[in-house]
Amino acid sequence: MKRVYVNEKWCLGCHLCEYYCAFASTGEKDMARALKDIKINPRIRVEERNGISFAVSCRHCTEPLCVKGCITGALSKSGGIITVDRNKCIGCFTCILSCPYGAVSPSEDGAIQKCELCVKTHEGTPRCVSGCPNGAIVFEERGE
Amino acid sequence: MSSLKYVIIGNSTAAVGAVEAIRKNDKEGRIVIIGNEKYHVYSRPLISYLLLGKTDEARMKYRGEDFYSSHQCELKLGRTAQKIDVENKCVILDSGELESYDRLLLATGSSPVVPPIPGLDKVEKKFTFTTLDDAKALDEALFEGTRVLILGAGLIGLKCAEGISKKKVEITCVDLSPKVLSSILDDQSSEIVKKHLEDHHIRFYLNRQVTGFEGNKAILNDQTEIPFDVLVLAVGVRPNISLLKEAGGRTNRGILIDDHCRTSIPDIYAAGDCCESVDVSSGETKIMALLPNAYMQGECAGMNMSGVDYIFDKAIPMNAIGLFGKHILTAGTYTGNTYFESDDQNNYKKLFYSNNRLNGFILIGNIEKAGIYTALIRERTPLDTIDFELICQTPGLMAFNRETRAEKLGGVMNVSVGSTIGISRAE
Repeated sequence: MKRVYVNEKWCLGCHLCEYYCAFASTGEKDMARALKDIKINPRIRVEERNGISFAVSCRHCTEPLCVKGCITGALSKSGGIITVDRNKCIGCFTCILSCPYGAVSPSEDGAIQKCELCVKTHEGTPRCVSGCPNGAIVFEERGE
Repeated sequence: MSSLKYVIIGNSTAAVGAVEAIRKNDKEGRIVIIGNEKYHVYSRPLISYLLLGKTDEARMKYRGEDFYSSHQCELKLGRTAQKIDVENKCVILDSGELESYDRLLLATGSSPVVPPIPGLDKVEKKFTFTTLDDAKALDEALFEGTRVLILGAGLIGLKCAEGISKKKVEITCVDLSPKVLSSILDDQSSEIVKKHLEDHHIRFYLNRQVTGFEGNKAILNDQTEIPFDVLVLAVGVRPNISLLKEAGGRTNRGILIDDHCRTSIPDIYAAGDCCESVDVSSGETKIMALLPNAYMQGECAGMNMSGVDYIFDKAIPMNAIGLFGKHILTAGTYTGNTYFESDDQNNYKKLFYSNNRLNGFILIGNIEKAGIYTALIRERTPLDTIDFELICQTPGLMAFNRETRAEKLGGVMNVSVGSTIGISRAE
């Protein structure tokens, strides 16, 4: 299946992926208007230090510890994509305790949030990928 | 090979793990689930959230409505397994029915301990707090102003306290230990949590025990008398091992299993809260009655029962608990040197390490990316292969070397990268 892959060599540390991610979940048409005066809480996060930077989001693991450990059954994997049923999630954060990538985070409403490859917001390439100006984030099949 | 018949005793997390694993490998075999509760599989830890009004019975279902049909499971709910006949490979139910098996899984869970306190049998309104029926019964006994005495300031007792607080009851909590959540917190962090709970009007009598009940009055060992209307027993749970023990299988406090989740009796497996297993953070064999481990042991058992050689040897204690908006995430064993941070917002971080390995941690408040620490414990990552100083301050993948990062974020990183037209950054 297609996944998001990151190559730190090409990452500029511009954080645009974070803005595109936050924009994707607003359902708005215009990014500047959608994010105006908003403190974003994206599902992809850039780590940076000493001139190195790279974006981290859910790896949609083949053996997902977040799904196996989820106490409510809100996290599940289907068609290779791990999604969260926000209606079921009660925000215990066992998934945050479990994820080896640090790719799950709390959302504003108490449930957790994570990258769902934009499947709930639009079709095709995830916004972080299409919005990356330097090809550091790609969406492709790499044989498993 | 002719079609196998799988019998699972228990209908909770470990059973689900097993069913999902079995059906990956075997679409034909019969799966029979025997459960003593009458419910579709639900998430036990959610019973406190149910009382709090943060979930409901429909959303508590651990798997969807069609789980049993889509996994072709035959259900025998409201039934109790009485005995295992090892010689004839069958289970005898309370109804007298015999259920034969080719592979048997004991996912029998644990039961609340009822302490032998004089006068307890005379207490009218007493409850335990581990099942949906427990929660419903307790809920019915509570009204605004009801005085509730909870025995036990551990995970179950405190989650119960939070759950019932919605009803504006008066809550008093007694524990033998001098601190709250004594199994997962050190002194300092426990004090933070206790203060937080006291701010939410929970009264504590710690380092004390109830020596007797006189009607609706508990007498403590220091002669303190606590009048109450409702008593909740949350002093701990005990693994349900009797079926296997009476069948001649090896048990200690829990059922003894190997890393394939096999018991000492051929074709009988066990998983979840009824078992003891090896904690890789300390190397000790212990009971780790935790939902993630239950699922993964169930999965491991299911894989092996259906013919796939599968090992689960990465169990560690790990707990994520929220109490009145404060989140506490802990994992592993608290031994060795410590790295410590705290601030006046009651954010708290303590990491425990020795012999080049991370053994455990306690996080309160800022719990961001905690799983990166958990992974270091679970994988026994040598700390000299990462930037340990950095990861202590900020959990992240940055602390790993470039090759490891490339592997984690790029999978097969050296083959064609989709886009190579960009500007390369200075190396």
